[in-house]
Amino acid sequence: MSAETIETTYREAVREAIRDALKRDPRVFLMGEDVGRYGGCYAVSKGLYDEFGPERIRDTPLSESGFTGAGIGAALGGMRPIVEIMTVNFSLLALDQIVNNAATIRHMSGGQFNVPVVIRMATGAGRQLAAQHSHSLENWYASIPGIKVVAPATLEDARGMLWTALEDPDPVVIFEHVMLYNRAGRLAADAGPVPITGAALRREGADITLISYGGSLFKTLEAAAALAADGIAAEVIDLRSLRPLDDQTIMASVAKTHRAVIVDEGWRSGSLAAEISARIMEQAFWHLDAPVGRVCSAEVPIPYPKHLEDAALPQVAAIVAAAKRTLAQ
Amino acid sequence: MSASVYRMPSLGADMEAGTLIEWVKQPGEHIAKGDVIAVVETQKGAIEVEVFHDSVLGRLLVQPGETVPVGTPMAELEIEGGPEETLATGEAAALTQLAAPAPPAIEPGPAAETVSAPTDTRPAAVSRPRASPAARRLADRLGVALADLKGSGPDGAVLLADVEAAVRHATPVPSPPPPPRPTAARRGLDFAAMREAIAAAMARSKREIPHYYLSHAIDLTSASDWLNAQNAEQPPDRRILLGVLFIKAAAVTLHQFPELNGFDRDGRFDPGNGVHVGCAIAIRGGGLVAPAIHDADQLDLHTLMARLRDLVARARAGSLRASELADPTVTVSSLGERGADGLFGIIYPPQVAIIGFGTPSQRPWVLDDRVVVRTIVTATLAADHRHSDGHRGALFLAQVGQRLQEPKTL
Repeated sequence: MSAETIETTYREAVREAIRDALKRDPRVFLMGEDVGRYGGCYAVSKGLYDEFGPERIRDTPLSESGFTGAGIGAALGGMRPIVEIMTVNFSLLALDQIVNNAATIRHMSGGQFNVPVVIRMATGAGRQLAAQHSHSLENWYASIPGIKVVAPATLEDARGMLWTALEDPDPVVIFEHVMLYNRAGRLAADAGPVPITGAALRREGADITLISYGGSLFKTLEAAAALAADGIAAEVIDLRSLRPLDDQTIMASVAKTHRAVIVDEGWRSGSLAAEISARIMEQAFWHLDAPVGRVCSAEVPIPYPKHLEDAALPQVAAIVAAAKRTLAQ
Repeated sequence: MSASVYRMPSLGADMEAGTLIEWVKQPGEHIAKGDVIAVVETQKGAIEVEVFHDSVLGRLLVQPGETVPVGTPMAELEIEGGPEETLATGEAAALTQLAAPAPPAIEPGPAAETVSAPTDTRPAAVSRPRASPAARRLADRLGVALADLKGSGPDGAVLLADVEAAVRHATPVPSPPPPPRPTAARRGLDFAAMREAIAAAMARSKREIPHYYLSHAIDLTSASDWLNAQNAEQPPDRRILLGVLFIKAAAVTLHQFPELNGFDRDGRFDPGNGVHVGCAIAIRGGGLVAPAIHDADQLDLHTLMARLRDLVARARAGSLRASELADPTVTVSSLGERGADGLFGIIYPPQVAIIGFGTPSQRPWVLDDRVVVRTIVTATLAADHRHSDGHRGALFLAQVGQRLQEPKTL
């Protein structure tokens, strides 16, 4: 990558990734509710309709099951569709298509057909959109064999994961946390595709491992900075890929720090945090110096009022407190 | 309080007997766990031997100057912090039986046997000490009795830091300085005896171990460039030698190759409990020792460098510690800056592998279809064919090479 950087936002980085994919490959098209004339409910695809036209930026009816199924069919037919679903809550209407069709066809056809579809969806809370638009159900998808699940948190990953996902022969689900779209920062002017497998160390430390992804990553980094002020060196892992999970990076870090706290905006019961905690028990038990900690969302439908919404979600203070509890401080 | 016996420890496969140089503690004196209790002369120099239990030194059974076989009782110990209650007859009998046989010569175990050994056979009423898995693992490796430790964790659980503190206490350097004893006589090395020991171990190795040898040229350019850049910003005493990268790369890679890290016990493989890298150190005037850097895979490069410096200094002064000689699970030998291109090592029994690094040098190398000048080092592996095969050994060397391409991750 060049040293030259540009000021951009997560939203623009995703848009640039879509534009880049549309230019690279004539088989790529974007489809979803309000992605065309309106420019996307989070304004991600703003301007693309004018630039690429209605053939490649396709508005769909309000029928997640219908248009996701159409996307899967197009992928089977040789296209490289990007299906946008407004939020993970709405994607439940398309679960049948994703879980029963997209994830299974390669297996059930004995490898004769594969489904190179990419499904993007917004996830998470923080915008006061209430319980039907704010949940984090990434773990539902991350438990399904046959699909890959990624959660770009940084500008580099927002810009780079889409093309790699489109090149993958199997379905890839991309989760974009709603609180990340406005995040601004500098990105290499020639930023391009990045791998969609493997976790990344976002901060190194020797005392405790904080494991997070997506919208919780920056809260976790903020907590790590607060811990550093108290003399605690926290290592922060950004999972990036939720399926498959990068066990190697997690276990190497736990072997070094002997302590782990997982920060996950999903509900605690049956969460990704639960899965990671179980894997640490299986693979790094003898390295542990304290029980694995978890910071998850309160087990309630995400509330609408600002103060209750804040109280329901993992916040910096709770992450700091969980880390200190794990360090017996 | 309960009685125990302190025995002549085994400090390696080739040690059959040791000569007591002096008792550092006197009868009736309190011994904190980890204190050096005595100095024993072996073929590798005078070794300070530690005790891992709070105790009071009782009757001395061996006098300075006496040479006794490994496992011979040397002194009586009164262990503190043992069970308050009188031992049941059966348990006392079991203890006597446990204490009776001499420890096997190759076992690097603790220097003293204690009543806490049969914890698991005690009545259920006596609870198991609370301790974290990591603390248990380290305590087990070092022979520290968990029951003797005061835990700083929740509900008094013993944490890693508590075990480490107990071990630090054992290190002679930071402990409160007792009046220095006359040491000139007991320090120093007997080169003739050391040569004899090396001869015995190496002859046994060549006689018994079916070695196989592999060699692999590794492009070291990015590692040495990275290290130079790192060192440029460090004062001389913080600078890191390439040899430390070799040790770390080998130690970390051994995770995936457990069959190279451990011991041959009568033809069966016994995996090492941790990666304790024996670092071959040449002694000026002749001779060689390979004391352990414990858990080398877990140490950052600066700590590793500091440990190595300390080991070299003490190896040359003839003052290594018992655990350092008994614990290595593998050996790394590095020729340094002025040597030959490669070395094919002889395994130090009962270990099963020795990894060698030759002298790095500038060589023509093909990179992206062009011949360029790169810094190349020849890495070698000699391993015990009874416990691993050349295919795995080759993968091991290739992975060490891969790791050295990304020195930042070491």
